[in-house]
Amino acid sequence: MPEPMVLIRGLYKIFGPRAAKVLPMVLDGMGKQELLDSHGCVLGLRDINMSVPRHFIQVVMGLSGSGKSTLLRHINRLIAPTAGEIVVDGLDVSTMDDPTLREFRRHRASMVFQRFALLPHRTVRDNIGFGLRIQGLESAEVERRASRWIERVGLEDFADRYPGELSGGMQQRVGLGRALATDPDILLMDEAFSALDPLIRYDMQNMLIDLQKELKKTIVFITHDLEEALRIGDNITILRDGGVVQQGTAQEIVLTPADDYVADFVKDVNRGKVIRVESIMKPATECADTPAIPVGTRLERAALALSEATSDRGTVTGRDGKALGSISQLDLLSAMVRRKQPAN
Amino acid sequence: MASKAWWIEFPQMERESLVALRKALDGAYREFSRSYGELIETFFEPLLRFLVWFERILLSAPWWVVLLAVCAFAFLASRSWKIVAGTIVAFLLIGYFGMWEDTMSTMSMIAVCTLLSIVLGVPIGILMSRSDRTQAVVTPLLDVMQTMPAFVYLIPVVMLLGIGKVPGLIAVVIYAVPPVIRLTNLGIRLVDREVLEASDAFGASGWQRLVGVQIPLAFPTIMAGVNQTIMMALAMVVIASMIGVQGLGQPVLRSITNQYFTLGLLNGLAIVALAIVFDRVSQAYGKRLQLQYKQPHHA
Repeated sequence: MPEPMVLIRGLYKIFGPRAAKVLPMVLDGMGKQELLDSHGCVLGLRDINMSVPRHFIQVVMGLSGSGKSTLLRHINRLIAPTAGEIVVDGLDVSTMDDPTLREFRRHRASMVFQRFALLPHRTVRDNIGFGLRIQGLESAEVERRASRWIERVGLEDFADRYPGELSGGMQQRVGLGRALATDPDILLMDEAFSALDPLIRYDMQNMLIDLQKELKKTIVFITHDLEEALRIGDNITILRDGGVVQQGTAQEIVLTPADDYVADFVKDVNRGKVIRVESIMKPATECADTPAIPVGTRLERAALALSEATSDRGTVTGRDGKALGSISQLDLLSAMVRRKQPAN
Repeated sequence: MASKAWWIEFPQMERESLVALRKALDGAYREFSRSYGELIETFFEPLLRFLVWFERILLSAPWWVVLLAVCAFAFLASRSWKIVAGTIVAFLLIGYFGMWEDTMSTMSMIAVCTLLSIVLGVPIGILMSRSDRTQAVVTPLLDVMQTMPAFVYLIPVVMLLGIGKVPGLIAVVIYAVPPVIRLTNLGIRLVDREVLEASDAFGASGWQRLVGVQIPLAFPTIMAGVNQTIMMALAMVVIASMIGVQGLGQPVLRSITNQYFTLGLLNGLAIVALAIVFDRVSQAYGKRLQLQYKQPHHA
């Protein structure tokens, strides 16, 4: 496991005028509703512990009001914590003074917003160069770096248009270009694709996945869309009412949901696209002449491979080509349709 | 004085004390203006010089040069030939009816007042937008400035500075500056929160945020305020003529005292014509700015 890029420890956020005063009560376990009724404070986040490995896409998922956007805004301290630590690449964000924090935001962490938040009076070119200009670079340099990103997000023909003239998907490409132009280590994406049509959203997800292969940023991605979370997340954290319900890979969450809440979330997921063959294979028995299916293949893909080979069984092979186990069409089928009971 | 019971007649202050109060206040102010009047006059000296210089330019330049300059200005701001044509017609009629010089005086007065209002009003509006407390203090002051009859605040200004251009200028600015302040405040407060959050997220300093995001996004609203200010300054011109401001107000004043109906009407119409020109030009400018980034294919 690579060393964590973002480390969050014991993070609490209470909204309200007397946040610090009521903190001990929350630490003692006072609930959200009780806190609101007795003190008029809103419990935004409670006891978040999270670690995001370098170069990972970490998805934070939850319904609206679960605190996911609040959590994201703690990483660049757009919202200040009531208690707890946020350490990014060894730097404690929660205790930075203002100039350091500004430098941190200018160079280390960029953000992409749900409703784009572009400057309506500036062209695409100027919007993409926004962060660079704030860094204080000279115009020529801003221009040079921005034009590279205009190209990279595919907006060469629209560089001199205004955001209002672009479609939603194109606007978000501007947002993504603006965020990447400052060459940050961390990309914070707040429901970045949620406002887009399904097809456009799918394209943008692909674009992000492609960019990530090349750029290897550490990305924290907020979404309420499970399909999206499973598709792009290396790791997924599920939030509910300001607390973490479950953390793990897509497969772990689908196969062993921590509670009914998560189970309910994942019940309609296309399991064939999430679960990988090694988690359902049977111990290797000798079955020569069956198609080899590499470790990591998802069930749907495996089923397709088997049916194309008109074979009932397949051999799961490791990276070295050795047989690790076997699977049958029946195993695949039942794993894709069956719902496991929650783990506890 | 067999006074009536207090529930029948309002129990008012003793007549003598009221007079004493007025005398005391007037005396104190007179004392103040005697000792500081000159100082304040020197303070406003550069303003007066600028005003005189600007008026002289407008008056000494050949009429067609001024007309050309006005048309160029109108076109640059509005990009509309219709407005330019209207401007030409308005100015030709004004000139033909013999009101050219007064109009030039009024125009220079309006221009300087508007500039001064912007220079004073925009920063105050910005301060107001940054704190609710400032807003709570300034708003009632603006209400007073706008509702207090203009004649009332002419009195202390005249006591302090006498009769002339500068007191007129001050009176006009007091009357005309509130819309710029109000709409600057409003415009900045209405700037999209998400865009502000974005500028914070990219590490913008307070100044970068103000100059790069807040003011540009509030600009159309601020322009609406400037437009209002120009209109109010024009309306104030007639009243300011009572304390010696030259321009279209003077003949109006004369026609009131001498019952010259036609003279009053013509000069009144000239003020209306100026108002329409200024209004259309500044509104078209504001609208053009808004269109630039709100609707496609207008960039």
